[in-house]
Amino acid sequence: MQFVGLQNYITALDDPWFWKSLYNTLWLAIVSGVPQHILAIPTAYILVATLRPMLRHIISATLFIPFITSTVAVSMIFYSIYSANTGILNQILVGLAQVPIIGWLFSWAPDAMPIQWLTRSDLLKPAISAVVIWKYTGFNILVYSAGFMTVPNQLYDAAKVDGCNRFQLFWHIALPMIRPFIFFALTLTIIGNLQLFEEPFILTTGDSGGIAQSGLTTTYYLYLVGWEWLEMGSASAISWILFLLIALATAIHFFFNGKQGMEGHR
Amino acid sequence: MQNVKRSAHTPKTQTLARLAKLNFLAFGIVITIFPFVWVALMGTHTRSEIFSSPPPFYIGDNFIDNYYKLLEIMPFWLVLWNSLFISVMGTIGAVFFCSLCAYGFFAFEFRGKNIIFTLMIASMMVPPALLLIPFFLTVQFLGILDTHFALWFPAIANAFGIFLVRQYMVTAISKDLLDAAKVDGASHLRIFLVIVLPLIKPVLATLGIVMFIGLWNNFLSPLIVLSSPDKFVLTLALRSVQSLGDSPWGAVMLGTFLSMLPLLIAFLFFSKQIMAGLTAGAVKG
Repeated sequence: MQFVGLQNYITALDDPWFWKSLYNTLWLAIVSGVPQHILAIPTAYILVATLRPMLRHIISATLFIPFITSTVAVSMIFYSIYSANTGILNQILVGLAQVPIIGWLFSWAPDAMPIQWLTRSDLLKPAISAVVIWKYTGFNILVYSAGFMTVPNQLYDAAKVDGCNRFQLFWHIALPMIRPFIFFALTLTIIGNLQLFEEPFILTTGDSGGIAQSGLTTTYYLYLVGWEWLEMGSASAISWILFLLIALATAIHFFFNGKQGMEGHR
Repeated sequence: MQNVKRSAHTPKTQTLARLAKLNFLAFGIVITIFPFVWVALMGTHTRSEIFSSPPPFYIGDNFIDNYYKLLEIMPFWLVLWNSLFISVMGTIGAVFFCSLCAYGFFAFEFRGKNIIFTLMIASMMVPPALLLIPFFLTVQFLGILDTHFALWFPAIANAFGIFLVRQYMVTAISKDLLDAAKVDGASHLRIFLVIVLPLIKPVLATLGIVMFIGLWNNFLSPLIVLSSPDKFVLTLALRSVQSLGDSPWGAVMLGTFLSMLPLLIAFLFFSKQIMAGLTAGAVKG
């Protein structure tokens, strides 16, 4: 081993694939992160506010299943679902075009076939995001359900007396009360999504980040550099830069949301 | 009863809202379940049936053939055993050593205790992907590359487990109880084994669940540690057959389904405990 100063960092920062991986990481973190919460918060509210505990448990348990299954197995399944010529997704889209009433919504589908979900640089990232959203929304629903259950019933009753409708109850009473939970779930999503590896790795069959490196996340690149190309020095530099990115993103999140997030707490 | 309560809404809008809500939930459940049903179905079809149009939405009759094909492309039961061995060893080790260490933090006062505890919690903040290189270099230095030991042994002492158990001890065990036992002349090991362990059973179950699921689904560390196919774990073996030329998809999907089955069955019976365990940090937050 020999001391090379900042050489590894300079190599990394000079590397167009590295910048591409950073861009992909941020893209995927946002597009696969935000919808999880947009879906999970209303779902959790519906579950807590309108269903009996037994039914609520059955539904939230069902939605939780993707979270406990291995990401590799899940990505293998989606790899086959996305398959261009014969995958079930493309077949369903073509099938929907023939359904009477909603068919016109999908009338573009037969002409676009076969859609190369995993081998087109503009579709690969959305395809990966869909898997991530599918896998982690159930977890967030559970966190938010726990949050909505902490809201005391008297608050709703008081607001109802004041003439709030359902939506106002949700927007003005329930949502502000679960701020600490939103803050916490967002923190987990930010840290987790910036390290995405298994989904893109399996969906691109581990082959240099997929078409035009459009599925290459930074952790994926870290693996390629360190273990496929055996450049541990550069890989270490990449992992430090990734650490700084995660720390920075978390710090920004804490700065803007932290005060409100913590406040409902004590 | 409900109608009376929500008299502000007309019955018609109420039914509409109810219908929308049920549709929304049903749609979510279908989307969630579909890939699992689909993988189970595909495991029973031949390659040409899977790739036929319209797709086969029924149970096929090629299960046995797919099973033998699966054994051809990977040593499925050996690989399953490897996964099971690593998960069980890691889980048992973690439950025992994490609670032991947590007891140390709970029952003893010593200099630097708070600093060590804070450092330990801080180590939980480091993203796992970044520990990959130091983990690999340590394993390489110790000469245990390509062994199962390198996968389950490091898992038995983990900050999350120690933190979880210690927090539970604080709420579940009174210091007076420990003092009383000490006055009666019990050693610390005896107090730990006879008094403390039975009282913290629930959190041990939680920790065990989290550890087992994590180790069973682990992919990244086996990927960098293991190299010989007969030592592979399930996740690794599945990935290795993914890009076989002319992939026997029926067999691959059968293997994928069987690899998920143990956790799915466990979830059927222990969904409450598993969900509580995996959100343990979150919900208490």
